[in-house]
Amino acid sequence: MIDTFVEQFPILIVTTGVFSAFTILVSGIFSRKIGYYILLFVTAIHFMMSIAILNYVISFGRIHYWIGGWRPPWGIEYVVDHLNAYVLVVILFLSFLSVVFAKRSVEKEIDEKKHPTFYTVMQLLIAGCCGVVVTGDVFNLFVLAEVASLATYALIAIAGGKALRASFTYLILGSIAICFYLLGIGFLYAVTGTLNMIDMRLLLQNIYDNKMVQVAFALVVVGLGIKAAVFPLHTWQPDAYTYAPSAVTLIMSTVVAKTFVYALIRIVFSVFTVNFLQKYINAWELVSWLAAVTIIVGSILAFRQYNIKRMLAYSSIVNVAYIMLGISMFYSYWGLSGALANILNHAVAKGCAFAAIGAIIYKTGLKDVRYYSGLAKKMPYTCGAFLISALTLIGIPPLAGFVTKFYLMLGCLEVKNYTMLAVILLGSLLTLAYFWRVVEEMYFKSVEDENTHGNAEERFNEAPITMLAPTMLLAILCIALGIYWLTSIPLEIIDKMIASMGVILK
Amino acid sequence: MIDCNLAPLFTVISPAIASMLILISHRHPNIREAWTIIATIVTFSFVISMAPKVLSGETVECVLFEMIPGVEFAFKVDAFGMIFAITSSSLWILVSLYSIGYMRSLNEHAQTRYYFCFAWAITSALGIAFSKNLITLFVFYEILTICTHPLVAHEESQEALAAGRKYLLYLMTSGCFLLAASLITYSISGTTDFNPRGILNSEVPEFFLQLLFICYLLGFMKAAYMPFHSWLPTAMIAPTPVSGLLHAVAVVKAGVFGIIRVICYVYGVELTYHLGLGLLLACFASFTVIVANLFAIGEDNLKRRLAYSTINQLSFIILGVSLLTPFAIMGGMMHITFHGYMKITLFLCAGAIAAITGKKLVSELAGVGKRMPITMVAFTIGAIGMSGLPPVAGFLGKWYICLGAVQATEFFNQASYLAFIFVVLTSSILDVVYLFPIVRTAFFTGSNENLEREETKKTIYLFMIIPLLITATFSIALFIFPNALLIFDLAEKAVEDVYGGWLR
Repeated sequence: MIDTFVEQFPILIVTTGVFSAFTILVSGIFSRKIGYYILLFVTAIHFMMSIAILNYVISFGRIHYWIGGWRPPWGIEYVVDHLNAYVLVVILFLSFLSVVFAKRSVEKEIDEKKHPTFYTVMQLLIAGCCGVVVTGDVFNLFVLAEVASLATYALIAIAGGKALRASFTYLILGSIAICFYLLGIGFLYAVTGTLNMIDMRLLLQNIYDNKMVQVAFALVVVGLGIKAAVFPLHTWQPDAYTYAPSAVTLIMSTVVAKTFVYALIRIVFSVFTVNFLQKYINAWELVSWLAAVTIIVGSILAFRQYNIKRMLAYSSIVNVAYIMLGISMFYSYWGLSGALANILNHAVAKGCAFAAIGAIIYKTGLKDVRYYSGLAKKMPYTCGAFLISALTLIGIPPLAGFVTKFYLMLGCLEVKNYTMLAVILLGSLLTLAYFWRVVEEMYFKSVEDENTHGNAEERFNEAPITMLAPTMLLAILCIALGIYWLTSIPLEIIDKMIASMGVILK
Repeated sequence: MIDCNLAPLFTVISPAIASMLILISHRHPNIREAWTIIATIVTFSFVISMAPKVLSGETVECVLFEMIPGVEFAFKVDAFGMIFAITSSSLWILVSLYSIGYMRSLNEHAQTRYYFCFAWAITSALGIAFSKNLITLFVFYEILTICTHPLVAHEESQEALAAGRKYLLYLMTSGCFLLAASLITYSISGTTDFNPRGILNSEVPEFFLQLLFICYLLGFMKAAYMPFHSWLPTAMIAPTPVSGLLHAVAVVKAGVFGIIRVICYVYGVELTYHLGLGLLLACFASFTVIVANLFAIGEDNLKRRLAYSTINQLSFIILGVSLLTPFAIMGGMMHITFHGYMKITLFLCAGAIAAITGKKLVSELAGVGKRMPITMVAFTIGAIGMSGLPPVAGFLGKWYICLGAVQATEFFNQASYLAFIFVVLTSSILDVVYLFPIVRTAFFTGSNENLEREETKKTIYLFMIIPLLITATFSIALFIFPNALLIFDLAEKAVEDVYGGWLR
């Protein structure tokens, strides 16, 4: 009985999410405080549901849900296999932590009048992202991606000032991206007459030579590439991350970014399939070169930033490039494993970094790394978490980031691509360079002003527990996940995910 | 899943556990230091407890989990690993005592961070010693780099931070090469487990293997061979116990250890010879041996001079191993311990002088011998050992390496190997040239005027003087009884493994 119940969860997450958004908005009429708790409660429930889904998928296989009982290809179908169950858990876990983190940060950064609307939009964002992940219909994906995107534009703009311009830029580029995507699926609809992913995959099989299909592929990849901030289509992203409120940056860098990376993987592998890629392998190889350039250039750009949020934004671009590099080696088991592992690893590590920075900004208001001197004494736990996330992103064993690097390198060796091997290593050195500036400033420089002569309580100025707890949890996860991946127990799920992407490896 | 003897695991994690306890008790310096001392003794006992098993030829192995097919995260204790482990863990006891005296007498800041990182450095050094395969070794190698950075940058001055950056740049780059080389080895042979007979075979193109070997050498930049040595003198800005234990023993020896592992346990002696890599490496090492000593002569800062001496001795060990004969390899392995004890004596003396008189330059040392006679006697013992003169242990290392060179002429039927004896002798003479003037200046020059003493706490100085006396004593004892720390037996066992029982 319980099993069939779990099959309803994918749709329930999306619908209850949208209803909850509505409820938060209405509750705002009566109390400005209650909205947050509704959001917290709903996200927690959703997270538990996502775990149930993952558990179900692992034990019983794919979930198909037909909305309204309409059979595909006529009705909208929600399909959850290993890949999206995994991504769903990742994004809901980070959504939950972001919501926990948001409370104090939002209280400080955003006018109280706007709180109910803020949480409404945040709920819409989470619901939209979950929808993108669970849907098995290319048009439904477009609709839910729009829900998530519009929510993001609003959330960025809520900070006012420069954020308005950042939001506007993102609005323009995001809309162009979505248009590309829409145009792409329009072409596909024209040639296949279906919108269901599985159906489309079957119908496309025989017409890979069709020019329309090829153009559609390019359009979809570019469209989703802009949303996932793949270089050189990333230009909106640093501004957006920099000027958005801390809580929004946190949720964008982890949840939204990963959602669109997932969408890209899903369309490329489940709709177009590996056979298509193999046919145009030379074109697809461009992706790996693009990723290589991104890793180098993005790291150098990150090194040039003094604004810490901007630096982390460039670091995110680089990490998306690692994922792209992994999926560009689709004929290598380790390459794909590295890409899939990085969805989780990067979300956790970058979430930790942004949460720590959010806490620092909350306490001190400092965004420029040059003023971070002696911060480790004032906020030892937050800085410790930041240090761990930095080491993770650099790829120090046995932390989570090392696993990504390790798998990707094995992938490069599997396909005998020594250039990319060198690129990955160089990337990790450059990451060290830009993170170590911050670490040095925090830990090895002390400020000489009156404050330091105050008593211990004055100097010790740690962030509130609702911000510290998610940060510390993520930092611990950076370590625990790294070791967990290395025990190679989770590789079983990775195998299934790769199988569900339709990749058959020798 | 865990099959095994847990002793190696406990050995490796006990300093790590201590580091956590150190962090917790950061408000109580005495308790904090107590944890360090307890950990040193526990660790050393664990290490020694495994020695009899290793000598009797049993395998002490601890497999934790499999990372990727064919590569486990595992510890395996063999004779060679024991040499490194005994050296680091026994010296850690003495250096910890010394640290207490040194750090407290100079009233240093951030002492908790110092002890925390120090404990982690030992964890990773022991991890490197006991690693079963290259990937496990790499994990600890990287941790070692990261956790020693705060020790180098300890002073937090601009100069120290710059030194820290240089340190990270060199060593992290080398880590990248090591990871690449290890993974390439994995992709060729499907395993990275150390095996006394080597794991690579000559099916792969020779040129490729030679290139891979260079990649490995770059990976073990911690061995501070020229031209990649300059991070070591720069790192001398660290507190003296750090320069002593880490930059004369744990960190740099990890590099040398790795090179020996690669030559004997990854390539195998035969393949290394076959590829012509032994002679190439020997020439490279000889260059460093001579040139580092020339640099040392021109250096006025005492610690930097000792750093160049370390570079010289490290390459000396590499030279021994690259001769690829049983005696030479044995000499190289034993020299890891011998050099450790002698060099640490010298560093501890330099630190004591700096802490008590504030003098850091060789040219200022006039009269120090009269003021600190015990320290300077210990220094002299160290200097004699460095120059390879009896009755200090350094002689044995050099003797065996020279024997190895003679053996090489027989083995490979090439008289040119005798040239390396010449290299060894030249470097010994140069050692005398830069170390003995220090002794002379300290004892025989200077007036009695600088003899006035400042108010000092005797007990704290005892913490510094006693450890350096013990290391000096051991330097001599190891000459008389080379087996005092089982070093001789272990080295013999290791060489036997590598040559398949050739020696007896």
